[in-house]
Amino acid sequence: MTFRARHLLGIEHLAPDEIRTVLDLADTYVDLNRRTIKRTDALAGMTQINMFFEASTRTQASFELAGKRLGADVMNMAVAHSSVKKGETLIDTALTLNAMHPDLLVVRHPSSGAVNLLASKVNCAVLNAGDGKHEHPTQALLDALTIRRAKGRLQRLVVAICGDIAHSRVARSNLLLLGKMENRIRLIGPPTLMPAGVNEFGCEVYDDMRAGLEGADVVMMLRLQKERMDGGFIPSEREYYHRYGLDAEKLAFAKPDAIVMHPGPMNRGVEIDGELADDINRSVIQEQVEMGVAVRMAAMDLLARNLKAERGRMAAGVVV
Amino acid sequence: MTVLLTNARLIDPETLTEAPGSLLIDGGVIAAMGEVTAPSGAQILDCHGRCLAPGIIDLGVKVGEPGERHKESFRSAGLAAAAGGVTTIITRPDTAPAIDSPETLEFVMRRAAGASPVNIRHMAALTKGREGREMTEIGFLLDAGAVAFTDCDHVVADTKVLSRCLTYARSLGALVIGHPQDAGLSKGAAVTSGKFASLRGLPGVSPMAERMGFDRDMALVEMTGARYHADQITCARTLPALERAKANGLDVTAGVSIHHVTLNEFDVGDYRTFFKLTPPLRAEEDRVAVAQALASGLIDILCSMHTPQDEESKRLPYEEAAAGAVALQTLLPAAMRLYHDGTMTLPELFRAMSLNPAKRLGLAGGRLAVGAPADLVLFDPDAPFVLDRFTMLASKSKNTPFDGAKMEGKVLATFVGGAQVYGQEG
Repeated sequence: MTFRARHLLGIEHLAPDEIRTVLDLADTYVDLNRRTIKRTDALAGMTQINMFFEASTRTQASFELAGKRLGADVMNMAVAHSSVKKGETLIDTALTLNAMHPDLLVVRHPSSGAVNLLASKVNCAVLNAGDGKHEHPTQALLDALTIRRAKGRLQRLVVAICGDIAHSRVARSNLLLLGKMENRIRLIGPPTLMPAGVNEFGCEVYDDMRAGLEGADVVMMLRLQKERMDGGFIPSEREYYHRYGLDAEKLAFAKPDAIVMHPGPMNRGVEIDGELADDINRSVIQEQVEMGVAVRMAAMDLLARNLKAERGRMAAGVVV
Repeated sequence: MTVLLTNARLIDPETLTEAPGSLLIDGGVIAAMGEVTAPSGAQILDCHGRCLAPGIIDLGVKVGEPGERHKESFRSAGLAAAAGGVTTIITRPDTAPAIDSPETLEFVMRRAAGASPVNIRHMAALTKGREGREMTEIGFLLDAGAVAFTDCDHVVADTKVLSRCLTYARSLGALVIGHPQDAGLSKGAAVTSGKFASLRGLPGVSPMAERMGFDRDMALVEMTGARYHADQITCARTLPALERAKANGLDVTAGVSIHHVTLNEFDVGDYRTFFKLTPPLRAEEDRVAVAQALASGLIDILCSMHTPQDEESKRLPYEEAAAGAVALQTLLPAAMRLYHDGTMTLPELFRAMSLNPAKRLGLAGGRLAVGAPADLVLFDPDAPFVLDRFTMLASKSKNTPFDGAKMEGKVLATFVGGAQVYGQEG
């Protein structure tokens, strides 16, 4: 069992064995979460602060539940409406919180790299809950766990990631993780929603969805942000749905047992057909939500272990 | 005062040669060079074989006066310049308010006079408030002493406005300095687009935006016949267009900042905001191509693009952080990287840092010639040091990307008008 990281800022700095460690531990938490009594005391006595500089319901609830089931004292800071509006800088907010001695800081921020900046200023473990267009590591880990449980493995799979790749931190973290685990990744979407330099990513790039889905084991749909729908990046919602919306007809090009994923919240009728999203034989969207709590429990548990070990070494005067 | 500098390695950017010899300073000018015997009463300084070159003329230095004196004053900029071997600072008008009227220009000239140990000359804005709508009083500003006209990193997007500015400037023989960049494509960009930018999730701009801006400006220069200098050419794909413009006989020159020939986009690493510049750092292929163009003389001028920013402006998420880096003091040591890696000779470097800016602006310095002003820098191109931004920089702002970097090349002494303004030597 290996997990060396001090923070979980992105998938970029995780090694494959660390990813496997998180997923293995998360599997045990899935079992725990299905029991009636769901509490452990892995984080007992520790303080977890959720700082969401960007509105979020699902991710914040998932982190909160994960912390509470591990026995941590969890506090949600509604930073989007507080001191930041009064002109306090991110670093000052971080230092203020740091003075309250949290052990785990869960941060979402609209600027890429903001969580890295914050992590350099505090002495607790920081989890990135999404920073700008950079990374969303726990989403990639929960997707990986969902795939591994549905497919029985997390390698040599053909994974198609479809939609707004350019603006998606979910896509970045997923393609890093799936790449590290040696899968074949296809990126599908209109060229206006592809990031610059996409041809150097080591992925196959398609603008024809049917061709891209051919033989896929996993179809991962991305949310299309409302503000990108009208004319700027794509001509219209209905043209997008026609060419890139996932329905049964397009899904038929993938393998017969291909699973359908979506990080939520979904735009039914924009990127995915509503009936397909609810089809329990194909869609694992609800499982993703379930895996989310387990994966976040595992990640926080592992970070807390490293934090305790580090503090123990410091107390013992060991210079690392 | 008469000073004889003996036993020097004389770097001559005009003939692109270097040779051992002595140099006699008398009455603030270079009085003799080569084999010189000391006149009676002359102070003699032994250079111990170190390099003596014409002082750097730094085109495009931001001083925070007026508006941001806490970031840099004429005094602190002057001290940094002297310590960096820069003997003439050419200031930028992107101040708050912009230097866009003869009154503001006279104010900064008064503030600058006597505040700095090195020469200071000023540029003025091309349009009022650098807003790209109405041209400034180019005639009055020229009379008041402006050496060139520029809106700095604000691109004059309206081609009609720019064509009129160029036409009017041409009638007065004024030099216009443009920032070649397509305003639409580069809007909101923090880094150069590509794999690195995409993985970092930062908004990028294609290098093509520079080519497009340059092509547009060249069309207008061809139309108006104006004297034009591109402040920074940083991309390989702009170079053929620059070559073509020169071959077609347009009165065009180009510059580049020291950072764009010594650093690349990967230096940004994990969101290091001291590497956030305008334009953003480029791919390594671009850096190499531009450095080679500087060596060949296609790009004429190497400058610091000194842009002081306080700590608060930089301690922000990358997209929100201010752009720019201080470089008056690190220009020469960083330029030595191009010498040590074999890209450029020392005379070629001083052609780009001293001679060409003097020629383009019609200044007397920049030459190692009898009768030229004794604005000189004595330096050791091989002396190693590790830069510490807090203890070694004279600028009020310490935002250098070279903090902690291993550098080779130390300024030993700086002379302005024959007077030593920096250094312990002798």
